[in-house]
Amino acid sequence: MSRNRHNYGTALLAAFEYLLEKYPEVFVIGQGLWSPWYVGNSMTDLDKKFGAHRVIDTPVSESACTGAAVGAALAGMKPVVVHPRMDFMLYAMDAVVNQAAKWSHMVGGQAGPGLTIRSIINRGGEQGAQHSQALHAWFAHVPGLRVVMPATVADARDLLIASVLCPDPVLFIDDRWLYDLEADLPPVVERSLTLERPRIVRPGLDVTIVASSYSTKLALEAADLLQQKGISAEVIDLRVINPLDSTDIVNSVERTGRLLVVDGSWSPCGLAGEVIASVVERVAPTTLKKSPARITLPFAPAPTALVLEQAYYPTSAMLVSQVEKLMDKVC
Amino acid sequence: MIDWSLGHLADPAQNHQAIDVTGQEAAPLLVQLRMMLLIRLAERCLAGGRRDGLIGGPVHLGVGQEAVAVGVAAELRKTDRVFGGHRSHSHVLSMGSSLHGLFAEILGKDTGLSRGMGGSMHLWDQPNGFYGSVPIVSGTVPLAVGAALAAKMQGGGDVGVAYLGDGAMEEGVVHESLNLARMLKAPALFVVENNLFASHMHISLRQPKEATARFAAANDIPYEIIDGNDVVQVRTAAARLISRARAGEGPGFLEAVTYRWYGHVDWREDIDVGVNRSSVDVDAWRKRDPIARLVAGMNAKGLFDTKRLAEMEAEIVVEVAEAWKLAQADAYPPLTALTSRVFASSGVKQ
Repeated sequence: MSRNRHNYGTALLAAFEYLLEKYPEVFVIGQGLWSPWYVGNSMTDLDKKFGAHRVIDTPVSESACTGAAVGAALAGMKPVVVHPRMDFMLYAMDAVVNQAAKWSHMVGGQAGPGLTIRSIINRGGEQGAQHSQALHAWFAHVPGLRVVMPATVADARDLLIASVLCPDPVLFIDDRWLYDLEADLPPVVERSLTLERPRIVRPGLDVTIVASSYSTKLALEAADLLQQKGISAEVIDLRVINPLDSTDIVNSVERTGRLLVVDGSWSPCGLAGEVIASVVERVAPTTLKKSPARITLPFAPAPTALVLEQAYYPTSAMLVSQVEKLMDKVC
Repeated sequence: MIDWSLGHLADPAQNHQAIDVTGQEAAPLLVQLRMMLLIRLAERCLAGGRRDGLIGGPVHLGVGQEAVAVGVAAELRKTDRVFGGHRSHSHVLSMGSSLHGLFAEILGKDTGLSRGMGGSMHLWDQPNGFYGSVPIVSGTVPLAVGAALAAKMQGGGDVGVAYLGDGAMEEGVVHESLNLARMLKAPALFVVENNLFASHMHISLRQPKEATARFAAANDIPYEIIDGNDVVQVRTAAARLISRARAGEGPGFLEAVTYRWYGHVDWREDIDVGVNRSSVDVDAWRKRDPIARLVAGMNAKGLFDTKRLAEMEAEIVVEVAEAWKLAQADAYPPLTALTSRVFASSGVKQ
């Protein structure tokens, strides 16, 4: 790979290298950071390059490590705490939801922990119910926490940098199913996370497909397939799901009149429902040519057996079929 | 083998004697005495304010426990990082915070320590070294470890302090935090105010042994178990553990055995709702008063004239009354504060 050529995993690595090199107050803490097992190619040899005192592999203590990152952030550091699998992060809920997210509000905006919690969605491979979850919607429900879900190679690098430099607590969620995506990246330009919002990643005329993270990849694949069928789909990648800015989605639906939301988690009280509600509240009832639709997981924990697992996760073919229904192409 | 009983330290019939101030200088003792009195009278004022309906939210009072915070704070500096819990008025005041700021906070005023957004249970005064207190039991313990780790990285010799109670020792994250602090050699001081009660329930009904320092031993952390109503003992033990931490030798654990005269929350004694809490015990513990015992000790060595106590008290009564009056007259936060302070990145102007 050339120097500018990256995959999603090495883009994350590039972000860590950039941050650790430029900002002495950045450190990384979490389980598995001295091993290639846990975090794929996204943190290879960081400990060797920047020292085990700044890239800290820890005891099996999600709760204390996350709380420690909150405390270090309050003391002026810019920590990144890594949870190699989101399911295990549930032990750290107090530090994330009660402490980090509420701190600024509780102390009148006078201080806030500028930490980044990197949590990885790592599913498939018959791992089952406790090694598969995508719980981003829980965290998008909480005020005071920014939740970021990069879908592209560029965002993997640039939104991670923006998250770590943001003075607010950020949950940065990446998905192992995206690690092989490739792209050429320009030099880093630092951005303010507070200005980042959903983005139209493919313009279209007939239907708006809203997605995030791995679902955005599915949406783009589906848009290609739909193009072959003469259907022009606009794809909007959410990127930042908390706080959620739905302005561009509303504008898009006002043009297309049709909305499909794809989310790699469950429907009830979920991200897809929130997006649909935020659109329906703001467009005129006559705008919609069809009722909005959503594609999510079956309302059951992840299975293990391959045959069940293959039926569990959405595919681009499912998106195509759903869009055809929205277009009245299929009865 | 240690049996992890607290022995005479937990026996209210013992340790009523004057505090031994041999070798102590008068000036710092006077400062500590005054601070303990200030904390006590401030909390008496809060008890009354709550009883009379002037305070809307809960107040967890620590009357009887003043020596712990005052003794520890005597060894701290403004660049240290102190974290507390639901019963933290003494922790913040002992760091030199404004009494008016505390009162205003508890009354929900914009001039309060947390700009009226926290009340009694969420106190903040980082410029004075008090990083914050929250009421989730043990919630700030790992934060103190992280702030200590940051201090180690920043290289200034500062320490992180976690105040917690014997009840918090039953939370899982405390055990993770002890291990993590030890493994990272974080300059953290865990201060357990063991007042024998978690809410309504006596420690004998919650833990097989009374001394929570057994968990420090299990995590290879140096510990001291002391009479928490003796400010000299608290300070000298804290000094030993803090100087180790500042020198890069890792965390320490101070178990200060004490007792709260009020019930778990608000102004009542809660004899009726306590399990294993009796008026006989409360009365006996009042005789182990950290303030009266210090006065007696100083008086015995000619470092203090008991007559001066009345003067000091009268002076503080005025100070408390003035701060209380001022805080009551202050303005509440603007309605925009409902949503404008959620993110620190928004700045503190709104």
